[in-house]
Amino acid sequence: MSEKLTYITLKIWRQGGPDQAGQFEHHVIDEISEEASFLEMLDILNEQLIEAGKEAVVFDHDCREGICGTCSLMIDGRAHGPEKGTATCQLHMRKFRSGDTITIEPWRASAFPIIKDLMVDRSPLDRIVEAGGYISAETGGAPDANLIPIPKPVADAAMDAAECIGCGACVAACPNGAANLFTGAKVTHLNLLPQGQAERYQRAEAMVETMDEYFGSCTNHGECEAACPKSISIDVIAVMNADYFKAKFKNRKKLSRT
Amino acid sequence: MSQTLRRGPVSGTAVGRGAKRKPFLLDFYSTAVGKKYVMAITGIIGIGFVVSHMIGNLKVYIGTVTEGGQEVYDIDIYGEFLRDILVPILPRTVFLWILRGVLIGAVLLHIHAAYGLTVMNRKARPVKYQSARDYEVANFASRTMRWTGIIVVLFILWHLADLTWGFANPDFVRGEVYRNLDASLSRIPVAILYIVANIALGIHLFHGTWSLFQSMGWNNPKFNQWRKALAAGVATIVVVGNVSFPIMTLAGVIEFDPDVTSVHELHEEASE
Repeated sequence: MSEKLTYITLKIWRQGGPDQAGQFEHHVIDEISEEASFLEMLDILNEQLIEAGKEAVVFDHDCREGICGTCSLMIDGRAHGPEKGTATCQLHMRKFRSGDTITIEPWRASAFPIIKDLMVDRSPLDRIVEAGGYISAETGGAPDANLIPIPKPVADAAMDAAECIGCGACVAACPNGAANLFTGAKVTHLNLLPQGQAERYQRAEAMVETMDEYFGSCTNHGECEAACPKSISIDVIAVMNADYFKAKFKNRKKLSRT
Repeated sequence: MSQTLRRGPVSGTAVGRGAKRKPFLLDFYSTAVGKKYVMAITGIIGIGFVVSHMIGNLKVYIGTVTEGGQEVYDIDIYGEFLRDILVPILPRTVFLWILRGVLIGAVLLHIHAAYGLTVMNRKARPVKYQSARDYEVANFASRTMRWTGIIVVLFILWHLADLTWGFANPDFVRGEVYRNLDASLSRIPVAILYIVANIALGIHLFHGTWSLFQSMGWNNPKFNQWRKALAAGVATIVVVGNVSFPIMTLAGVIEFDPDVTSVHELHEEASE
């Protein structure tokens, strides 16, 4: 039996473009199934708006199953909403009650300029990945699977970090607008694995310093970990910090040889 | 898409960045992660000082001891000892000044790095969230670091004026630690000030002590669970120790007796 929620008020951020002033707009949804996902609720709102001849709310979404990292939204002051360890697309209306006012805001950071309404440009995260979030692989015949032995705990730790879907919730939730959890996850994922060793220290230095150009700094609140839809631990930040420190020595040594 | 971010230089490619680099320390300090290392290292120096300062002060509870047939306050002897460390390898007070130099340098660097990082963080979110944030794990200590830090700095200045330089102390005699302490902390508003400032210090220490492990990259899944406990322990020990002094002074446990020989007289007699 699917229950229905009656009467939900949405307090939703509307902004025409990057340089325009924005404001909250109130909309009421009279009836919504509690099985509806949060994004489906927004779809229903948009249909209402279009039928009324108004402009639909722009928001980011893609896979709607929590793996692509496209959806965003600050819901009632929390990145990806009140549910832990899920993205906005995995949030359902059963988490809310009839009569609730739900506040929806875009993610705010100078590195994430608002494109329109709730959609922001998260390309600085791509800049960080470009700086070192890759490994060099030789061309030639495909190597056999499991050719490189990797201890199970190492593979597990690397996979935990590799869960990052690059949604930017860590930046949105961080009181300082820092991207350390994102960068830490990318650095840790590759730096723990044997395949990542060749570029390990260039990666640590390059990614951290590219991050510096766009984002704030970490003050160890831990809000990023709480907001992360993949619950990535702030341990990855410590791993990144340790590797960055070592990189500063090792890269200089390498330079002195050239 | 009409709107794309202007692409900054990818300083990246670490090795390819060429041999033209700033000197190591400046290069390291120029990034946020480097500044956090500086915050952590100078913080460790600060924690070391604060803890040993508190333990040293516990000597007021020893009261008087007999030295050369005279009754002298033990903490006054301790004060003289600090000036005499490494004598005669170094002249008197030189080693103390080296320690003070390290400490002052650490405090200045800590403030400079904190300022730089705060500016950076403000720039990272020029437009605040327009609705209320719902913080999940950021606690009171972590969110008030800047304020507790400022309170501690102002308190240190007052503390120096009160018990080192002495101009804020009603009955100051240089080197007579016990006397000065009693004179200062017998004033109820001053006692309250010390208590409040030390609680701020404790809050700052709690987040700082746990936070430095992250900043320094000291991450060991086996010991991680102890980091917060250690932070709470350090903060509690320092606050309980330091807050006991004003309370015990007001309670009359710490009470200066003018009949006790001053440490200066003792030294004069010894040199005669």
